[in-house]
Amino acid sequence: MYAFEYHRPTDVKQAAELVAQLEETKFLAGGQTLLPTMKMRLAAPANLIDLGQVAELRGIERSADTLSIGAMTLHAEVANSADVRTAIPALTELAELIGDPHVRNRGTIGGSVANNDPAADYPAACLALNAAIVTNKRTIAADDFFQGIFATALDEGEIITKISFRVPSQAAYVKFRHPASRYALVGVFVAKHADGVRVAVTGSGANGVFRVPEMEQALSRNFAVAALDGISVPAEGMSSDIHADAVYRAHLVGVIARRAVQAAASSRA
Amino acid sequence: MAYSLNVNGRIHSVDVDADTPLLWVLRDVIGLTGTKFGCGVAQCGACTIHLDGHAVRSCVTTIESAGSSAIMTIEAIGSTPKGSVVQRAWLEEEVVQCGYCQSGQIMSAVALLNANAMPSDGDIDDAMSGNICRCGTYPRIRAAIKKAARGGSNTGNGG
Ligand code: FES
Ligand code: FES
Repeated sequence: MYAFEYHRPTDVKQAAELVAQLEETKFLAGGQTLLPTMKMRLAAPANLIDLGQVAELRGIERSADTLSIGAMTLHAEVANSADVRTAIPALTELAELIGDPHVRNRGTIGGSVANNDPAADYPAACLALNAAIVTNKRTIAADDFFQGIFATALDEGEIITKISFRVPSQAAYVKFRHPASRYALVGVFVAKHADGVRVAVTGSGANGVFRVPEMEQALSRNFAVAALDGISVPAEGMSSDIHADAVYRAHLVGVIARRAVQAAASSRA
Repeated sequence: MAYSLNVNGRIHSVDVDADTPLLWVLRDVIGLTGTKFGCGVAQCGACTIHLDGHAVRSCVTTIESAGSSAIMTIEAIGSTPKGSVVQRAWLEEEVVQCGYCQSGQIMSAVALLNANAMPSDGDIDDAMSGNICRCGTYPRIRAAIKKAARGGSNTGNGG
């Protein structure tokens, strides 16, 4: 790891000032990705701005049709929240499946969303739950936020403050995970809203998380596994690596999507 | 920079650079070498400690963020009720092979049992998934956790 300066603001305003004043900055959330990356010398920010002391970035709020989670809320806090379990149980399950306990005890939802790892879980939830990504400057719809692998709509120095999920009537997340890294080889989040169904896939797209319009249309007409008969996703556009090639991933998307629909359809409406 | 850390119930004053990860402070500055450096990059779990009772990797915990938390390491875990039961079960099941990963394994096992007194196989697999053992002692780890969950009684090997 290269040497760096460490900064610890206590509110969002201070954090924004620091990032405006300093050169070569990076925000530090839970550090479960950034710190290993720095240690492997794949990232070398001169200034690290730790958001861990910024209390306004933490906490979970529930209203009738939204569930808002502060950016610095830990995966373990989401997994253990009664509000989350009541509003969107599929999100509880998703949080329980992230990494291992060590990661869940330190990693944050804002860090995961801002990083937009192509195999991370939360981006799929954001797309399927039509989330609003709220920053210190504006609100960005999830559909506009994720812009390819590790790429987002965030400007330099912009800070995610919270993620507001729309509460669906039924939803499920099913993940086929790599047994060692526990990242998604394929993860599918299916959510039924009053105005239609959304299906989001993580772990597989060569361009990161994506939606499957053909499945969404079919499921909006009939929210049942049978609605997906004959629908598959093409291997073009899938990522390919030593763990799974594009053809296998495309096949898995179909299988996991069906399981997710089944789980969602049998979840309480 | 000067920091004051609460490690194993004692306050330690240390003077280190702000970019020093907690693992180095524990081992090189305070001299508690029971916590191991395995990979240094959040892959193996050998450096597992408890921050306010939760298992975390000290190699990617910044000293600043550890600041006011209660830090516990393998040196003191045996003086907690669950810790002593777990360590005894570890001895009885002869879990350890080379031992390098084991302080991390024990810290994760104790955190699990403190949160979940009667874990299922699935719970154990999930809770221990962040700790790698190059010697492959996983079956004995699982057996020892089950034995500790039963209060350390000597009924079968539970594997
Ligand atoms: S030394 Fe920290 S995870 Fe390997
Ligand atoms: S006992 Fe040797 S690495 Fe686990």
